[in-house]
Amino acid sequence: MTATLETSAMTTAVRLTGVHKSFGAGRGAVSALEGVDLSVAPGEFVCLLGASGCGKTTLLNLVAGLDRPTAGDIALSTSRPAVMFQEAALMPWLTASRNVELALRFAGVRRTQRRERAGELLELVRLGGLGDKRPHELSGGMRQRVALARALASAVQGSQDGSPALLLMDEPFSALDAITRDVLQGELLRVWRSTNTAVLFVTHDVREAVRLGQRVVLLSSRPGRVVREWQVGDLEPSAEAAAIEEINTSLREVISSHAAA
Amino acid sequence: MPQPDVVDDESVAAVEAGLDALDTPTERRRRFTWRRAAAVVAPPVLAIVLLIAVWQALWAAAFWPEYQLPAPAAVWQVITDNVQTGVAFDVLWNSVHRAVLGFAAGVLIGTPLGLIVAKVRIVRAAIGPLLSGLQSLPSVAWVPAAVLWFGVTPSTVYFVVLMGSVPSIANGLVAGIDQIPPILPRVGTVLGASRLGSARHILLPAALPGYLAGLKQGWAFSWRSLMAAEIIAVSPQLGKGLGAFLEEGRNLSDMPTVIAAIFLILLVGIGIELLVFRPLERSVLRARGLSGAF
Ligand SMILES: Nc1ncnc2c1ncn2[C@@H]1O[C@H](COP(=O)(O)OP(=O)(O)O)[C@@H](O)[C@H]1O
Ligand SMILES: [Mg+2]
Repeated sequence: MTATLETSAMTTAVRLTGVHKSFGAGRGAVSALEGVDLSVAPGEFVCLLGASGCGKTTLLNLVAGLDRPTAGDIALSTSRPAVMFQEAALMPWLTASRNVELALRFAGVRRTQRRERAGELLELVRLGGLGDKRPHELSGGMRQRVALARALASAVQGSQDGSPALLLMDEPFSALDAITRDVLQGELLRVWRSTNTAVLFVTHDVREAVRLGQRVVLLSSRPGRVVREWQVGDLEPSAEAAAIEEINTSLREVISSHAAA
Repeated sequence: MPQPDVVDDESVAAVEAGLDALDTPTERRRRFTWRRAAAVVAPPVLAIVLLIAVWQALWAAAFWPEYQLPAPAAVWQVITDNVQTGVAFDVLWNSVHRAVLGFAAGVLIGTPLGLIVAKVRIVRAAIGPLLSGLQSLPSVAWVPAAVLWFGVTPSTVYFVVLMGSVPSIANGLVAGIDQIPPILPRVGTVLGASRLGSARHILLPAALPGYLAGLKQGWAFSWRSLMAAEIIAVSPQLGKGLGAFLEEGRNLSDMPTVIAAIFLILLVGIGIELLVFRPLERSVLRARGLSGAF
């Protein structure tokens, strides 16, 4: 068993097998996830799509190690995946650069290297000259980019032995206005291509999922399990529109099935 | 990731730079001007001048006998006399150094106590309510007990000061820790912080505003408790502090001395607040963009 897990870890960034999660015990228990099977290949961009309350955050928390599955197995190839939340969650007393450095500090990186690395990462998210700004002096989009730089710092640090890095993102752009979100989606793709990180990206927005992901995984609600998946990498614009249409229809079906029940 | 990058990288960068410029919160950096300084200083000065004018008028109208309401000039005379003889400095030093020492001890005890109460559930359940209760107990109430335990010695004074300051400091830290947004420690966890690293780099800095509020209140309580202790427990062994100076004035029915002592006690309280706590609080809140008030 362990042996198979280890070999599979060589070919996947993360593999979930039969993952269950319920909150509470006895009659009041809520089953949030039931039998989720999912794997993400190294360097792959997977979008996890589902209605509100279907267990997307729960699933991401399990992979992030913030919570334990009630049953099932999660095999990670990185020791510690990087996480980006819906809110930027920057330390308000630290400058942008120090916030990025914090990830490296916890990883035991020396000070001069920390500064240098943080500078590079801020450059990568196009915040080059703004390292000395505090979070309250930045716009929502800029804060989210600092959070991305911090996540990248910890993603790369978590996989220094050459194993593929994994970035978990929980609706990171949903609190932003449409224009900023559009620009940041483009930036995320650019950064992803240049860093070779696997991404598990949670969203409830079908367009976002199709634009960003190579693969879209639809999750049902209460309890959450994988309903269907679509390969959406490298689509022609017309095929992309069709894919959005199709996934939208499936999502609606999943949601309406709850009204009947 | 469907569309090939038809939009070139540079134009995306330009759009983003534009968004950043439009979206960045505008910072109102208010520079020092004499006009603004005057606007800050003038109202309290005016209020004090008015107060003294009313006092002078009441005294001149002789509503109350001289030994109940002395002239402002008589009080001023007492203060300048004591400054010239150096008594004022001795008295101030006596009280202030004791308050500072007592407060420092209060910080040393209150800080770990607050940390434990905030983070260990059973300790919070056991002494949390007691700690909040003690905060509303006037620490003068401890003076008789302390005198019986320690006699009229410095120990009595320090004990009362500690009982005044420790609950405020500990409760301030507990409140500060309770108010940390839960997402911040979670960020620490996903970044791989150890327990100690998380406490040092996330919990303590995040709790700083609440802790500082606790320290400020702790100081105010230290100072009050010290004055109460000095008024009640007078002995040569303790030396003459501001409280003893005040009590001496009362014994001699020397109203100018009494008012001068009250004035000095107030002066120390306001002085420490303005010179120590206000700037500290300002810089901490400013760094976090919370400086709405000032
Ligand atoms: N700590 C918790 N205790 C009890 N129920 C929870 C908890 N966290 C999530 N849930 C429940 O699990 C389900 C999935 O929640 P969540 O993962 O937050 O959904 P999503 O992120 O997809 O909106 C919801 O029905 C929610 O009420
Ligand atoms: Mg969620």
